[in-house]
Formats: sequence, C-alpha cells, structure tokens
Amino acid sequence: MAQAQLPLVDTPLSLPEHPKVWKWYDYFTFNVDHKVIGIQYLVTAFIFYLIGGLMAVAMRTELATANSDFLDPNLYNAFLTNHGTIMIFLWVVPAAIGGFGNYLVPLMIGARDMAFPRLNALAFWLNPPAGALLLASFLFGGAQAGWTSYPPLSTITATTAQSMWILAIVLVGTSSIMGSVNFIVTIWKMKVPSMRWNQLPLFCWAMLATSLLALVSTPVLAAGLILLLFDINFGTSFYKPDAGGNVVIYQHLFWFYSHPAVYLMILPIFGIMSEVIPVHARKPIFGYQAIAYSSLAICCVGLFVWVHHMFTSGTPPWMRMFFTISTLIVAVPTGVKIFSWVATLWGGKIRLNSAMLFAIGLLSMFVLGGLSGVTLGTAPVDIHVHDTYYVVAHFHYVLFGGSVFGLYAGIYHWFPKMTGRLLDERLGILHFVLTFIGTNLTFLPMHELGLKGMPRRVAMYDPQFEPINLICTIGAFVLAFSIIPFLINIIWSWNKGKIAGDNPWGGLSLEWTTSSPPLIENWEVLPVVTKGPYDYGIEQRKESTDEDEDEEE
Amino acid sequence: MEQIPASIWTLTAGVVVTLISFWVGHHHGLLPEQASEQAPLVDNFFDIMLTIGTALFLVVQGAIILFVIRYRRRAGEEGDGLPVEGNLPLEAFWTAIPALIVIFLGIYSVDIFQRMGGLNPGDHAMHSMHTPKPAVAVVAEAPSKTTSDATALLAAAQTPEIGIGASPDVQGKAPDVVVDVAGMQYAWIFTYPDSGIVSGELHIPVGKDVQLNISARDVIHSFWVPQFRLKQDAIPGVPTELRFKATKVGTYPVVCAELCGGYHGAMRTQVIVHTPDDFETWRSQNQAIATAPVVPSLSDRHVEEMGVTPQLVAQVQAMTHHPSPAKF
Ligand code: HEM
Ligand SMILES: [Cu+2]
Ligand SMILES: [Cu+2]
Repeated sequence: MAQAQLPLVDTPLSLPEHPKVWKWYDYFTFNVDHKVIGIQYLVTAFIFYLIGGLMAVAMRTELATANSDFLDPNLYNAFLTNHGTIMIFLWVVPAAIGGFGNYLVPLMIGARDMAFPRLNALAFWLNPPAGALLLASFLFGGAQAGWTSYPPLSTITATTAQSMWILAIVLVGTSSIMGSVNFIVTIWKMKVPSMRWNQLPLFCWAMLATSLLALVSTPVLAAGLILLLFDINFGTSFYKPDAGGNVVIYQHLFWFYSHPAVYLMILPIFGIMSEVIPVHARKPIFGYQAIAYSSLAICCVGLFVWVHHMFTSGTPPWMRMFFTISTLIVAVPTGVKIFSWVATLWGGKIRLNSAMLFAIGLLSMFVLGGLSGVTLGTAPVDIHVHDTYYVVAHFHYVLFGGSVFGLYAGIYHWFPKMTGRLLDERLGILHFVLTFIGTNLTFLPMHELGLKGMPRRVAMYDPQFEPINLICTIGAFVLAFSIIPFLINIIWSWNKGKIAGDNPWGGLSLEWTTSSPPLIENWEVLPVVTKGPYDYGIEQRKESTDEDEDEEE
Repeated sequence: MEQIPASIWTLTAGVVVTLISFWVGHHHGLLPEQASEQAPLVDNFFDIMLTIGTALFLVVQGAIILFVIRYRRRAGEEGDGLPVEGNLPLEAFWTAIPALIVIFLGIYSVDIFQRMGGLNPGDHAMHSMHTPKPAVAVVAEAPSKTTSDATALLAAAQTPEIGIGASPDVQGKAPDVVVDVAGMQYAWIFTYPDSGIVSGELHIPVGKDVQLNISARDVIHSFWVPQFRLKQDAIPGVPTELRFKATKVGTYPVVCAELCGGYHGAMRTQVIVHTPDDFETWRSQNQAIATAPVVPSLSDRHVEEMGVTPQLVAQVQAMTHHPSPAKF
C-alpha cells in the first residue's frame, strides 16, 4: 500500500499542491472512487479465496482415505457448503465483476468514475458483512445443505446457520443488482464521445452482457431464498411436501439464477482474456464482433438451460429434451470465443510472461471443461454422472481453470496499472507452473472417479476409490503451496517492485493512457480515441506500405 | 522438411488425430461394467462424444502449443505481429462445425433417450388404465403372480410420471416385477407389494422388466446404480420411477447420489441380480417371514457409522406393517 509515496512518473501535468492518488487509509473507508472500490473488492475477494481454499484443503485431507476420520461428517458438509458459496459468491463474482469491472470499465471508456459512485461504494460494503455472516454461521454448526441448499434438507438441518447463509446470499445478490445497474448506465452513457461502439473494449462488452444477465436472474434467486427463509423460520410451507408445498419449485427458482450465475462468473473472465491476449500476442483480437456478440448470445441462450441441473430430479421428459438441446446450443458461441483467441495467437509475437501464461493456461483448461460440459448437457449421459465426481471435475475445470486462471492473468496484467509497479516474473512463472500442475493433478482424476461410481458431497466413500482420491489430495496440496510465491510476489512488489511506467506492455486501450496508478478522476484532460483498442501492428503496416509507396514513386 | 507441402502435414495430422480419437473413444475403460439394457446405449453415446471430444481437444490444444512455440517472441525481437482482424469464411466455418456437431449430438441424444425409455415414464399406467388388454398376456409370462388385476390397478394409480419408463420393446405392457423403493436418512427400503417382503437390499431377477417406484420419506435422495447407468431422485411428495432390465447376474452397489445429510456418503447398499430360479427361491424364503416384522438388513457398519438409533429401527419395523409405503 505504498502507492502514496510513488513518484508520478510520466505525468507532467500533475500539480504538487493537491493529492493525485489515494493514501492507504482511504482503502478502509466508504470511498466512492471506482479505483479504490475495485481494489477493495479484489483484496477482500482474495482473502475469501484463501479461506475457501483452506476449507477445500481440509476436505481433500478428509478424502485422502475412505473413512470419515479427519472431519466430523456434519462439519465436512459445512465446509463443503461454505467452500462452494465463498468461492462463487465471495471470490469469483466479486473479484471479476466488482474488482476488475469497477477498476477498469471507467478507465477503458474514458470516464472519470462510475455513473453512481455512492451506490457503487454501498454495493461493495454489502460484501464484508455477507462474508462475516457465513463465517459466523460456524458457531451454529454451519449451513450443511450444499451451496444449492435444496429443501427439505436445508429446512431441517442447522436452521440458524442456514438462515444466516440465506441472508448472506441475499446481501451479495443485492450488491450484484446495484453493481449491474451501475455498469449498464456507465457503459451506455459515459464513454467518451469519440469512442464508437465498435471501439468499445471487449471487456466492457462482457461487463454489459454480464450486468444484463445479473439484473434478470438475481431477483429470482432472492425470491426463491426468501421463501426458503420463511419456510425455515415462519412456518410457511412453500417447499414442504407434507403441507402442500413442492420441493422441485425451489430447484427451478434456484437454477434459474444459478445457471446464469456460471456465466456471470465466466463472461467477465472472457472479457479479461480478450484484453490480455492481444496485448501480449501483439495482434489485433481476431473476430472482434464475433466475440462481442457471442457474449450477448451466451447471455440470452444461457437463460434457457437451467433444467440441465435437474435431469434426474422432478423433470418431465419433454423438459429433459428441450434443455438438452438448448444446453448444447450454448456450446457454439463459447466455441467461437475459444477459436477466436487461438486465432489471435496465430502469427503473433507472443510474450510468454506470467499474464500470458495464465491466459494460455486458461485456454487449455477451459477446452477440457467445455467438452465435459457438452457430455453433461445431454440427458442420457447426465443421468449417469449427475451428482458425481465427474461433475466436480467438470466445474472445477471451468471454475478453477476458467475463472481463477483468468483472474490471475488479469492481476499480472493490470497490477502495474493499479500499483505503478511490476510483479516479479520469475515468481510469476513459478506460480503458474505450480498452479497448472496442481489443478490438473487435483481435478483430472476426478472424471474417472465419477464415471466409475463415486458420488459427490460425501465425507466417506467406497474404499475402491482410495488410490485415485489420494492423487487428488496430493494435487490439492500442490495447489495450496502454489499460492505462496504469488503472495510473496504481490506483497514484495507492491512495496519494492520495479517502477512500471504508464504503459509497460504497450497496450492500446485507454487505461494505458493515464498514469500508473491513475490519478483521482483518472485524467487531467479526457482522452480522445484515435484508434481501436486492438490495432496492434496496424501502424507498423501503414508505415511499411507508406514506405513501399515512397519507393515506387 | 521444407520441401514437403503444408497440406501433407495437415493431412497427416488429421489422420493421426482421427486414429488417436477413435482409439481413446473405444479403449478408455472409464466406465464400469454394463449390467442393464440401458447401459450399452449410454456407453455408446458417451464413447461417441469422447471420440469427438478427444479430436477437438487435440486440434485446439495442438494449435495452442504450436502457435505458442512458433510465434513466441525471441530475444531482441521488436514490433508487432501481422495484423489480421478477422476472416469471415473461417469464422463461418468454425461456427458451422460446432453447430453441426451439437445438432447431431442433440438429435442422437433424443434417440438414445427414447430407446432408454426416458420418454415414457408412467406409460404403463396410461395404457393399463385406458386399454387394459395386454395385462393378461403379461401375467402369463411374469415369473410371479405379480400382475393380478388388483395390483396392476394399484400400481397404475401410483405410477409416477417422472423418471425412466418403458423402453420401446415393453411399451404398453405392465412390468414383470414392481418394487417400491423408499429413501430415508440413511437407508434404502425395498418393498415388494405383491409379496409384502421388505428388504434393505434390492433383489431382482435377470432379464425381467423391473419397475421401481421411488419415493422419499424425509429429504431428497437419489437412487443410483452405476452399472445400470440409471439414476433417479427420490423426492418427497413426487413419486418417480425407474424401469429397466438387468442384463447380468451379479451384485452391484446402490448409491445415494443426492446430498441427504451428514452420513450421505454411507447411504450405500446393494442390488443383487439373480437368475430367475434364484430369485424365486429368495422370494419364497422371504415371503414366509414377511408376515412377521423384519428389520431390513442394515449392516453393523450402518449402525456404527451412521448412528442408526433404536428409534430408527423401530420406525423401519413399523413400516413393514404398511406394505406400500411412499407418499406423504
Ligand atoms: C483450491 C483448490 C480447490 C480444491 C482443492 C477444491 C476442492 C473441492 C472439493 C473437495 C469439493 C467437494 C466436492 C464434493 O464433495 O462435491 C469442492 C466443491 C466445490 N467447489 Fe471447490 N475446490 C477448489 C477450488 C474451487 C474454486 C476456485 C471454486 C470456484 C470458483 C470452487 C467451487 C466449488 C463449488 C461450487 C463446489 C460445490 C459445493 C457444493 O457441492 O455445495 N472450488 N471443491
Ligand atoms: Cu440419501
Ligand atoms: Cu444421500
């Protein structure tokens, strides 16, 4: 947090009499600057990532052997529930949308702040109490019904903790609705007039799609959960079958939000990919429009696939078929994005630094996660592997490979902008190698576990699965250790790292035109857009063709 | 190397990828034994997807690795890559290929699902209620005197509309054996409505058309036999069914696949697929004692690990007085 002392390199306009950057203590206040809020989100999310990660390591330690001998089975379920909840609602979503979204959107569109700065701060400050509620719920046994919290289990086990869990989710849901309104208005109204829509950075397109999706789906989740809260505490029976309720309705409400929620997690990450890859490959992004529109397509089709989580539940045959087809269709726009990124690498001058390694790591892991997703989307195969370790493998490939790798890529890429200092590359590469090995070691063998017959969410299992589980557990420890070089790197570089300068990577989007870290209000004079955000090599080509013409004359 | 045209390299790569993919698709050994009529259908479909998936994976992954090696920035290299922003035919091509693949998979999965009986849950109910004719014929074949008119009607009244129903070859016919399956924390209770037998393990004859009527007493459970490739949630208040033919004599695990509480992982039992003769023997032996309350065979492990209480045992015993449990 030594930003305050940083010399403001390359900002001749900065005047010494009024402060241009925030002091460390500003980060602990109700500050309304989008950059402060972005960093608040990122740091808080990271703390929760560590907590959720510790829970995961405890679970994997338990699963090293077939018997339940390390954690009490109810505590295992509490860890399981809170691990999933924290990773989704307090790590990936806040880091990607809240952190990168807030930090980057105004900078990328040439605005001085978000449209509603106070709403923005309020949205952030709903997160710490949500996290505190989840952690405090352990005093009451911890919610134990899984991150899906299906009734009747959720209405009968650890009810106080379960109510706290619901309140926590409603808080983050509210935060996400506030944030979405803010992003939509900001992108719509506040980009510099000189920026045409087809010059809008793809990250902003992704944030626009994400926000629309969140706005449509989150209220449904809130409604579903509030009914559940009533069932638990106030004697209603929306989901109680013995009193005329229906347990399957909850699943529809839950997945109507939570399936789109996986796109809420992944779309901003796709946005990050579309920014990181062209800069370090030194190439214009391949298929700008295909990428922008496929985000919107994913967000529309994504609203009609939720029942693929319920193929083995109370689902009539026609629904199984309709949702098989719609699920398979989402694979197409997703594939388009993957191909576009791979094509962007073609003919580039690729800098294999940490940011790029994580981006490429994401590509290769996401391909596998996406392919197993297609198999899960079809009812016949899903019926066999639903609720098994095959699913755990799939969603960790997508969430760990797809989200965490993307967030790391984003951190290595924008850390110099945020702090004015570079991260150490050797530590970064070590971090990447450990993470890549650890992730594959942990999650690849889980595909086989699931196919062979091991259900998920179990603290004890059939001993025949012990050897494979042991491999997964070793992988989880490698993953846990992989975080160490990263933490050292962040803390050391924030204080002592090499000064980055305004534009260490030679990026063309607007955030690289201001100082690092950017001053309060971002620019002395708002920038004018003269070229697209991905015009790498185009200048060069113009020059060389100009020369050719000169020669011809 | 320079003399060999790029197209030959592409062709060779294509052939190699295809061969590897087919090999992987057929030799992966990832799935357990096949023990039901549905299993080979699911496995074939999985193998096809795995073959296509392997090919796509190798192509994309290969491209990534190739590009990263070939186009990496060497020391001292300056400047940017050749700007290529798009290529409409290429983009149309790689939108069309996945679209075709998923349309094919979509249609194929509907076909598989139909052959599994997925489109006909509750089928026998409708037919036997509206067109009672085939029942007689089936009774003759049935190993037991299962489908007397009364039980057929009873089964019909309870027959669920959700789950896996009659596969095309038995469509419109009543099943040979009906078993009521009730999930409770943390055990499965199997009741044979025609004989009143109650058991903690599922016994069925090989090659017969079996229908499980699945219900739950407390929370959601999920009935799964990996070797059958069949799974169906047991949902309080919503009756569900699984209908299948076991194709191989043997003992297979019955697993609960839906989180149902602390000891969810211990909610395991077995399905024993008998030869028809053995099944008859098992049936006649157990029918004799079925009139007296029987404790389902909860093993010692259940009692130790799962904290099965005396109350639970009492509850289970009480249930045996009501041969068809189910329903709230
Ligand atoms: C540190 C690496 C991680 C390890 C070792 C790990 C391990 C696990 C384990 C053992 C489970 C329980 C599986 C089960 O019994 O069903 C689980 C569940 C889950 N994990 Fe992770 N995980 C990690 C990272 C993540 C990340 C980064 C995310 C999301 C961004 C995530 C999301 C989830 C979710 C949503 C569940 C399901 C929870 C539930 O079923 O209620 N995990 N993880
Ligand atoms: Cu269960
Ligand atoms: Cu269970």
